[in-house]
Amino acid sequence: MSTLPADKDLASLQGLSYAETYHAAEHFRDRDHEFDAVKMGVWLFLSTEILLFSGLFVFYAVMRMLYPEAFIHGSSLLDWRWGLINTVVLLLSSFTVAAAVRDAQLGRQFWLKVNIALTFLFGLAFLAIKFVFEYYPKWQEGKLPGMFYSYPNWESPYEPLWWGLYWGATGVHASHVIIGMGLFAWLYIRAQKGHFGPRHYNAVEGVGLYWHIVDIVWIFLFPMLYLIH
Amino acid sequence: MASIPTKAGSHAHDHGHDDHSYLHPKGGFIATIWDWASTVDHKKIGMMYLVAVLFMFFLGGVAALAVRLELMEPTRVIENQATKTVQVTGQLFNTNPGSIAEGNVIYNRVFTLHGLIMVFLVIVPSIPASLGNFLLPLMLGAKDVAFPKLNLLSWYIYLFGSLMAVSSALAGGVDTGWTFYTPYSTMTDEGHWRVVMMIGSAFILGFSSILTGLNFVVTVHKLRAPGMGWFDMPLFVWGIYGTAIIQVLATPVIGITLLLLIFERLFHIGIFDPRIGGDPVLFQHFFWFYSHPVVYVMILPGMAIMSELIAVHARKKVFGYRAVAFSSLAIAGISFVVWGHHMFTSEGELAATIFSALTYLVAIPSAVKVFNWIATLYGGSIKLNTTMLYALGFLFLFSIGGLTGLFLGSLSTDLHLHDTYFVVAHFHYVMMGSTIIAFMGGIHHWWPKMTGKMFNELWGSIGFWLVFIGFNVTFFPQFIMGSHGMPRRYASYIDEFTIYHVISTYGSWILLAGFIVHLFNFVHSLVAGAKAPPNPWGALTLEWTDAASPPITHNFHHEPIVTHGPYDYDDVVPPQTKPGEFPLPPPLPAGSAKH
Ligand code: HEM
Ligand SMILES: [Cu+2]
Repeated sequence: MSTLPADKDLASLQGLSYAETYHAAEHFRDRDHEFDAVKMGVWLFLSTEILLFSGLFVFYAVMRMLYPEAFIHGSSLLDWRWGLINTVVLLLSSFTVAAAVRDAQLGRQFWLKVNIALTFLFGLAFLAIKFVFEYYPKWQEGKLPGMFYSYPNWESPYEPLWWGLYWGATGVHASHVIIGMGLFAWLYIRAQKGHFGPRHYNAVEGVGLYWHIVDIVWIFLFPMLYLIH
Repeated sequence: MASIPTKAGSHAHDHGHDDHSYLHPKGGFIATIWDWASTVDHKKIGMMYLVAVLFMFFLGGVAALAVRLELMEPTRVIENQATKTVQVTGQLFNTNPGSIAEGNVIYNRVFTLHGLIMVFLVIVPSIPASLGNFLLPLMLGAKDVAFPKLNLLSWYIYLFGSLMAVSSALAGGVDTGWTFYTPYSTMTDEGHWRVVMMIGSAFILGFSSILTGLNFVVTVHKLRAPGMGWFDMPLFVWGIYGTAIIQVLATPVIGITLLLLIFERLFHIGIFDPRIGGDPVLFQHFFWFYSHPVVYVMILPGMAIMSELIAVHARKKVFGYRAVAFSSLAIAGISFVVWGHHMFTSEGELAATIFSALTYLVAIPSAVKVFNWIATLYGGSIKLNTTMLYALGFLFLFSIGGLTGLFLGSLSTDLHLHDTYFVVAHFHYVMMGSTIIAFMGGIHHWWPKMTGKMFNELWGSIGFWLVFIGFNVTFFPQFIMGSHGMPRRYASYIDEFTIYHVISTYGSWILLAGFIVHLFNFVHSLVAGAKAPPNPWGALTLEWTDAASPPITHNFHHEPIVTHGPYDYDDVVPPQTKPGEFPLPPPLPAGSAKH
């Protein structure tokens, strides 16, 4: 921390980048020590994310057990094709983010930036599809949560509840996508400053893992919401 | 890679650090304020938490005193037939002389405020975030927690969440109870934002709790000094470690629950609303799935402190170190499967039976700890100073609190006692009587380390006795009236209960007096206290043996190397003490067993 400026000076003297000379924060013995600690922290954080979504899945399971007809009919009103396209978009983004981590590890600065940018764009595409082709038409047709529900062709009186869960679950997921995009923007700026390299790629890896979780959650949400028969 | 400069070797000799105490001001007033506001030093962050938590304790205390004052006298409506007037007596919060309804609503808001502040702003962060932050790296021989910036972030999240909660209270308060049960939380104060704000503040405070827990888990795993194995850690660290695990694993679930509750209130998504098929009991399940584990987030740090206080001030090796350490983990584990005992009256019979059986399991590791502490005291050279008094107070009060938990955990008695003052007394014996008492003991124990000043023992003990007596006078009558059927959360009652309520209110004043004595004692110590030596109690954990009082900014001049256990009072003369001040115990007579 207090030693960073010195690192930077040395680095510029020797023509080395920040990432190549980065040592570790002062309270760690060395870089490996810090690396392990950060990795453990990231995994703990991810476990809280998994628990958060598990809570959501339990809500879903309870409600679906109580009102299966409402869920089946509600689900039939979703267009599985958009869901599938978005699944593909997120899978592609998972691939690019994994590539970004590899690039950082190998010090391929150019491809690192490309892959971070691509992941960001896939996130954006996901949201665009979600909002333009799913949220907006449903809003128009009154397929809204609970009390705001005004869609005329319902089959079960509990469909407002289904829509409540649909909006709640996809909304919480979408907010994670937005946060992820913010993180990729931050990574991109740091990548441009040459902060990442073989000796220093914690942040890329951490955000990458986060993004995989966001992805996996969608892989669960997709069949749970779109593919019930 | 030889050309790459590294700072290897910088650890043997800690270059260029200032050797000032962490409290040493950095420049002028503004510079010092900025230094604290932007610090990543775990000690400063811990101290800021301590001050904030104590301030919140004061706010919550004011609400509590108001609740007790209201309950001093039952509310009565006297209709005068002759003059056709209505008169209300015995109501503290009465704003409309002709009606009791408004006063009752205000009463609800005041006790809700009390509960919310005490639970979310005081007890949950109290020991881990203040003493834990300050001590964990010191006890482990580390320079800081694993993620110092994250630590500062969680402090600001706490500050922000607290301000949100307090402003929601200033805007009129909420009428939900601290448990946010639906439909109170979804239907009261319709059209106002303050309920959303209050739920939102609990949600935000959850992040602070998760980040602190995460930081501590990684710190314990990765930053132990050379030579310190898992079983060389002070038991305080074990307790905080167990707590941190619960914080990380339980808080996300309340996070999603509160988020859905906010959606329910704002958008009426329906999952908790029976009108469209939702289930209010589902909320209770989710709430307690978090909030039962969280009662152990509240008590484990208290237990963590206890192990230190008893060992140090009785100069004895903790009896059954591993049992005490593992019981923390056992409590953390079991706490996740007993939430249903809060819902015996609203869940099915089979579920209730299972949860009742599981609930009894929790009593086992809790009792293991209590018996081990008592065994530790046995044969020790006990010093009855303020700190030890608090430790003994804990033993006494936690026993009552824990044993009455068993009354509540058994189905047939709980049907009678549920939602009565018996429950209120139970959880005050464990939350205030145990956690706050341990917290007070801990503050006294580490006061010389944190501030570099000694406090006055006589006034400390007077404060203790006032708090201890005041506490029992306040809450013991509540067991009696609860078992006689006095329900909780009512502003009024039948005459039969008056005597208990009056005694209870008097008790709350004695408690107040006790805390005022402590406050003056602390202020006096800061202003005029004697300078504290590095190891005034002759303890053997690293914060006493290797750090100054108060510690320097980087904690240690040299990274400590652990050569003895935290409680080896039989074999080690405590470092940093005067010769002869803490002599070793006389050798045992030949042939007697050494435990
Ligand atoms: C020895 C172990 C314990 C047992 C067996 C136990 C059992 C119970 C039971 C069965 C209830 C529900 C009573 C009812 O609502 O009818 C309860 C309530 C409560 N307990 Fe405990 N308890 C124990 C320890 C603790 C500890 C250590 C704490 C906190 C530090 C705690 C805090 C609470 C709180 C806050 C409530 C009431 C919450 C509310 O309804 O507002 N308990 N306890
Ligand atoms: Cu419980």
